[in-house]
Amino acid sequence: MADFLRIEGVSKSFGPFQAVRDVTLSVEQGEIFSLLGGSGCGKTTLLRMLAGFEEPTSGRIFLDGHDMAGVPPWSRPVHMMFQNYALFPHMTLEANIGYGLRHDPLSKAQRAERVREMLDLVQLTPMAGRKPHQISGGQKQRVALARALARQPKLLLLDEPLAALDKKLREHTQFELMSIQARTGVTFIVVTHDQEEAMTLSDRIAVMDCGQVQQVGSPTEIYEYPINRFVASFIGSITSFEAEVLARENGTMRLNVPDFGAEITTRDGNFAAGAKVTLALRPEKLLISKDRPLGNAVQGVVKDLAYFGKDSLYRITLASGASVQAHAVNQRRGTEAQRVADWDDQVWLSFDPSAAIVLGA
Amino acid sequence: MGWFHRRGWRDLIIGLPYLWLVVFFLLPFAIVIAMSVATKTPTAPPFSFGGAQPWVNIETYHRLISEPLYLRAFLISIVNAAGTTLFCLLLGYPMALALTRVSRSARNILLMLVILPFWTSFLLRVYAWMGLMGKSSWFNAGLTEVWNWLVPVSWAVKSLPMMHSNFAVVLVMVYTYLPFMILPLYASLERLDPTLDEAALDLGSRPWQVFLDVTLPQSMPGIIAGGLLVFIPAAGELVIPSLVGDASTPMIGRVISDQFSQARDWPMASAVAVALLALMVGPTMLYSHYQARAEGAK
Repeated sequence: MADFLRIEGVSKSFGPFQAVRDVTLSVEQGEIFSLLGGSGCGKTTLLRMLAGFEEPTSGRIFLDGHDMAGVPPWSRPVHMMFQNYALFPHMTLEANIGYGLRHDPLSKAQRAERVREMLDLVQLTPMAGRKPHQISGGQKQRVALARALARQPKLLLLDEPLAALDKKLREHTQFELMSIQARTGVTFIVVTHDQEEAMTLSDRIAVMDCGQVQQVGSPTEIYEYPINRFVASFIGSITSFEAEVLARENGTMRLNVPDFGAEITTRDGNFAAGAKVTLALRPEKLLISKDRPLGNAVQGVVKDLAYFGKDSLYRITLASGASVQAHAVNQRRGTEAQRVADWDDQVWLSFDPSAAIVLGA
Repeated sequence: MGWFHRRGWRDLIIGLPYLWLVVFFLLPFAIVIAMSVATKTPTAPPFSFGGAQPWVNIETYHRLISEPLYLRAFLISIVNAAGTTLFCLLLGYPMALALTRVSRSARNILLMLVILPFWTSFLLRVYAWMGLMGKSSWFNAGLTEVWNWLVPVSWAVKSLPMMHSNFAVVLVMVYTYLPFMILPLYASLERLDPTLDEAALDLGSRPWQVFLDVTLPQSMPGIIAGGLLVFIPAAGELVIPSLVGDASTPMIGRVISDQFSQARDWPMASAVAVALLALMVGPTMLYSHYQARAEGAK
């Protein structure tokens, strides 16, 4: 019972369609926890069950030790920041932020004071008397946040909080969200389809697909140690190859990779000799060189090159015809002729045994 | 689009509706105003200008204000129209709201049902109501049962005297004008964002509070539009009070018609019509003002 929010075997069906299947999660107080997944993965349905707009078909939700079953949305200490912000168009920003406070036993002066605090928190005090259509998208987002925080909820649900903002504003708002979370100490549950947003915002992430939680962990765990192909390919990019385990010895595995036409060494995994596995390589973990390095290496031809300034993305075709993506940081300054490799160059790709991700086939 | 912006064309196309208004509304209305300040004569047409009386004779307007018959008719019209508007709103609002909450296919069928009565002649429908309200109908018999069950025995009746009463007038007007209330209400309610309701629920409001705080204020333009669409024609209604109404409580449309065709007092009929229009312009201006403000807010 120590968990602040506990979701126990929750499923939700709409007719024959199972939107959420047997999800079990626990979230600690003060955490920023993200539900990450593509559209239709069940993350929004799960969020709506937390808000009380949907009741689970089976399973239970406990918040701070209380069973939330049958508790209507208006009685839950849970507030939501909607994706389109859902500000009341006929009310001023002040009235919007103060709306929920009318249900609290506060005096008029206390209520006004709380609204003032919230306006201060999101730095919108000079705009208090405006209506939602008179302010920008970023300001609307802040009003929505202030409105949801005004009643000091135990849990704040954020539905795609940054999706409606342009790129520049997103970065700024992201840090603002984190700083406001740190100051208020409210537990945030963020629903997002944007892996970068989830990675930078969250303490922990639950990656969802087909209504099920695929993996829960810190951004680093999810990125560096994905437990299946879905998670590996959804977070960041990978190139994957079929492989077969040849032998396990001294904490390493020998893999045969037909596309490489060679054997490679990786860190030990939970696979027996002879098992069919998937070798997944992230572009930034691959090193490009002209000479054959020691260790795991495979030769190929540079077929494509995208120069981004700070780094470059190479597409390298192996002898087997398979194509691999490799990322190289442009550490040294130089002209085109001086870069690591150019179109149609023969190069070697190498990687550390610990950098390779080995997954079940 | 080049052809449209050539001066002649554009002016012609924009001018056509104005021309229509001038020929079929402003000009006839000018004639009515002119008639209202003419003098009644036993000639054909039964009015003339000047003669023994001044060219502009305001005697008719003087009579309009001083004779209680006219004031009373205006009052009855306004009360009946206001009652009709109120009942249409009370009946129409839940219907319009329900229309926005049902599935798309059910919505189309229900919207069809709202409009369906227009496919039958209006007069036929009023006659049908006369049949229903008459003393020998099952409708009247059923209502009589209910009435007798509700009231003390000394108030019991054989049948309810519904026909030829103000009640009948308002009942049939509510029936007739209900679609004019439902449709604008539906149009304004349908535009509302359902996540606003969820936001209010989420912030601690119960469903009835959500209705009062979020739905009702935002549907104000629909309420005003529907209210005007019902109130204005109801206030000037002639056919319904003539067929089901009580001759001792005439509405203003009846007075205009009687003055025109029976008393052959065309100046008086015109003066009443002008006064009615002046009365209706007030609320319409109010509506335009409100709408302009709402547009400005977007």
